[in-house]
Amino acid sequence: MDQQKIHGMDLYEELNPKTFRTVGHNVRKVDGLGLACGLPAFVDDETFPHLLHARLLTSPHAHARIRSIDTTAAEAVEGVVCILHAFNTEPIRHTTAGQGYPEPSPYDTVMFDTKVRHVGDKVAVVAAETEAAAVEAVRKIRVDYEILPAVFDPEEAISGEAPVIHDEEDFSGVLGSDPKRNLAAGIEAELGKIDEALQECAVVAEGRYDLGYAQHCPLEPHSCISYLDENDRLVIKTATQVPFHARRITAQVLKKNIRDIRVIKPRVGGGFGAKQEVILEYICGAVTLRTGRPCRLVMTRTEEFITARTRHPHIVKISVGADKDGMIRAIKMDALSNTGAYGSHGLTVVCNAGSKTLPLYNKTKAVYFRARAAYTNLPVGGAYRGYGGTQGYFALECAVDELAEKLGMDPIEIRKKNHIREGEGSPVFAVLGEGKEGIEQTLKSCELDACLDRGAEAFGWHEKRKRPPDEGPVKRGIGMCALMQGSGIPEIDMAAATLRMNEDGSFQLRVGATDIGTGSDTVLAQIAAEALTVPVEKIQVVSSDTDHTPFDVGAYASSTTYISGGAVKRAAYKMRDLVASIAGEMLNLPSEKIHLADGKAVSEDGKSLPFDKIALRAYYSQNQQHPITSASFYSPESPPPFAAHFAEVAVDTETGQIKVLDYVAAVDCGVAIHPRLAEGQAEGAVLNGISYALTEEYVFDGNGRMVNSSFSDYKIFSMRDLPPIRTILVDSFEPSGPFGAKSIAEININGPIPAIANAVYDAVGIRLKRIPFTPESVLAALEERG
Amino acid sequence: MKVQFTFNGSKVEWDVHPGETLFETIRREGYYGTKRGCNTGDCGTCTVLINGDPVNSCQVFTASLEGSEVRTIEGVVYRDRKTGEVIRHPVQEKFVEAGAIQCGYCIPGMVLSAIGLLEKNPNPSEEEIRRALDGNICRCTGYVKQIEAVKEAAKALASGAYHPAPNRA
Repeated sequence: MDQQKIHGMDLYEELNPKTFRTVGHNVRKVDGLGLACGLPAFVDDETFPHLLHARLLTSPHAHARIRSIDTTAAEAVEGVVCILHAFNTEPIRHTTAGQGYPEPSPYDTVMFDTKVRHVGDKVAVVAAETEAAAVEAVRKIRVDYEILPAVFDPEEAISGEAPVIHDEEDFSGVLGSDPKRNLAAGIEAELGKIDEALQECAVVAEGRYDLGYAQHCPLEPHSCISYLDENDRLVIKTATQVPFHARRITAQVLKKNIRDIRVIKPRVGGGFGAKQEVILEYICGAVTLRTGRPCRLVMTRTEEFITARTRHPHIVKISVGADKDGMIRAIKMDALSNTGAYGSHGLTVVCNAGSKTLPLYNKTKAVYFRARAAYTNLPVGGAYRGYGGTQGYFALECAVDELAEKLGMDPIEIRKKNHIREGEGSPVFAVLGEGKEGIEQTLKSCELDACLDRGAEAFGWHEKRKRPPDEGPVKRGIGMCALMQGSGIPEIDMAAATLRMNEDGSFQLRVGATDIGTGSDTVLAQIAAEALTVPVEKIQVVSSDTDHTPFDVGAYASSTTYISGGAVKRAAYKMRDLVASIAGEMLNLPSEKIHLADGKAVSEDGKSLPFDKIALRAYYSQNQQHPITSASFYSPESPPPFAAHFAEVAVDTETGQIKVLDYVAAVDCGVAIHPRLAEGQAEGAVLNGISYALTEEYVFDGNGRMVNSSFSDYKIFSMRDLPPIRTILVDSFEPSGPFGAKSIAEININGPIPAIANAVYDAVGIRLKRIPFTPESVLAALEERG
Repeated sequence: MKVQFTFNGSKVEWDVHPGETLFETIRREGYYGTKRGCNTGDCGTCTVLINGDPVNSCQVFTASLEGSEVRTIEGVVYRDRKTGEVIRHPVQEKFVEAGAIQCGYCIPGMVLSAIGLLEKNPNPSEEEIRRALDGNICRCTGYVKQIEAVKEAAKALASGAYHPAPNRA
């Protein structure tokens, strides 16, 4: 751990949050006012001279080989400048998953392939002087398809009898890939002897849980503008969560040097994982390289649903056993994901269905986990907030609810008896990582008991449990669940930060970290301000430009506050030392005798120098230098945030309608750097989870075509649908996190499905195991119950 | 064809294609505060105020607006020409303070829906706020803090400290 100790900053630092001046306070979000005023901030809020407008042609077939493409009529449309497709571009096999290198996703994709594998797959791009011309030309491209048999069911796809989706010779797989059997990826692990352990259990809960497709639905679609700068370098302004990975993957596909590409991320209109995918950047870039002209490519909402990325549907089979005292002794989980036509995030998402859930109950004698990702001829899975955890927790937390019922225990009690605690680890951490073996870790913070207690109190859990059953057709019920996630990917995710002291004693903070609406620019500024003893207004943030900011893996895996925040804190601690040493020269004192307070360097004997004086001296007077510090950060661990969720529902037994009456999320995210933004993360995730539980669903026709690819037919919750949601941030301190922080972005999307399912059982005695919980499915289950 | 209307307080005469939507016109004229989320009238990110009512600008033909009064997000914030001070609408200030803004993409539309509501109903109930903003989808926030922000903005407006932009016509 020695390498982690730099410039007085120990990786594990004990601090008293009560002394924080900026961290833990609701400062003004640094980009808030501009966004409230609608200032041009997003990719498509700017135009360029001679800009080309591009549109995609996508496949109408689920599985077909392209024999030829005739663009004669399309090229004749006035204003058409460039058409790219499989027969005039080079096929570089890659993955669109914007992950670290080497990506744990199969290389199974090319920019434009001679085979299409799902309805919505990319066939060609047209760039024209106007969007209307591009749209017209797209319609006039003639594609000769040889239609192939398709497979839509993941179990059927891997049966050995199904059409082979990836028969390309240059396919390059990952752990468990077997493209001849349509297996994109897989992993299997057993700790102890699972069958024996299950047999010894006094009670066992078993079930199969089904989760379908869903889309992230960021309000801003994938958007990209590319152009050449004055040195002929390719500049790509894009709505991405991963500017550095986007640069690397674009360089790979376009066969350019990484140094010859610049990726700029302006404000981004939401991502939730969808924009961790590198889809448009190299297409736009290819047009620019071919024509020398700026090119704009913005997805339509329909393309967002079928051409961009989705949540991997899962079938999760689970058996959980406990002894008669309610100790959970065995968990067996078998997860089969449908990764769709390409294996982007296929391995890691299905892997996380186990790795983010199974360590929660660490008093087991045996754990078994099998994960497989199946190719089908349906839309492509990708990263989506929760990232497998959403899928795994549906199964685990419903099964644990069943166990509690069988044992006659309060659902809170069984969780308190079994959950992982501070100072403990789980053998699962070491066995399951992100697509490979994991990293052993011992928890340094866990306030799940506080989440359970405070959540239950705010919700009125114990009072509501004593309530007599409702008379009449509408029945109320309550349910809960416990959750954990992670904070970044241990020993993989890295972020860097640079601090520069300005002449007025303020600071510029440069980070590769990627604010996609999450508030990370604000949170990182707070971390720098706290370390440098200045108000947050004295920190000017420059982020996410591969030419001008240091590296960061990007916004995913709940990593930014913890990993990027760690880099910022470390760079700020170095700056403290540097400022103290300059002040020491000015005061003729060794720098150890100087500390920083309130924007001043203060000596032990009470002399003080404000930062602006120190800066002016450094810039202009003596021993001149620009005070600049940089630091990188990665972590040997991924401290999990924890949460307890409570839902109250009313089930109308005549219509099958489920209404959420009350929802409480109690969360341990370590120290919340900005409590309001942290609450906002929780509320947004909870509502997205409720929406997924109750209404969101892809409906396909018999040919694999989504028939509801619009906001009028794919229902996401609006303001009138909002149930009361209360967030409680419990006191917690994570010693390895910047000023005690862990993550909060993803964990809370995982709760609504099991909490609502358990509440429905409490209300009407039916165990719903397939989302969305539509009125039809409720009525069918009620009928079956009798 | 030419169409005349009042745009953010100024009389304009713009040459438009008969089939052109107001959304397309606004952006061509360089007003980028109005965002595109779906282009089918389902998400509310392109909301503008037409004669005081929130409307999805992607669903309105510009040619139909002869004589109307159109306000975009650019029309509710202005600079005091004497001091250069930026004068924002209390709805905008309160959205920031409440933590109601995450990515900000839906916010101009939502701010305009809220202003449209408060101009007609200075003291709305929570149910009235929810109904007025129901057409503005937000995927980031879960709406909790936006409802709070509109309530706070109603209070701020009631204090009378805010004066809307002077008519520049």
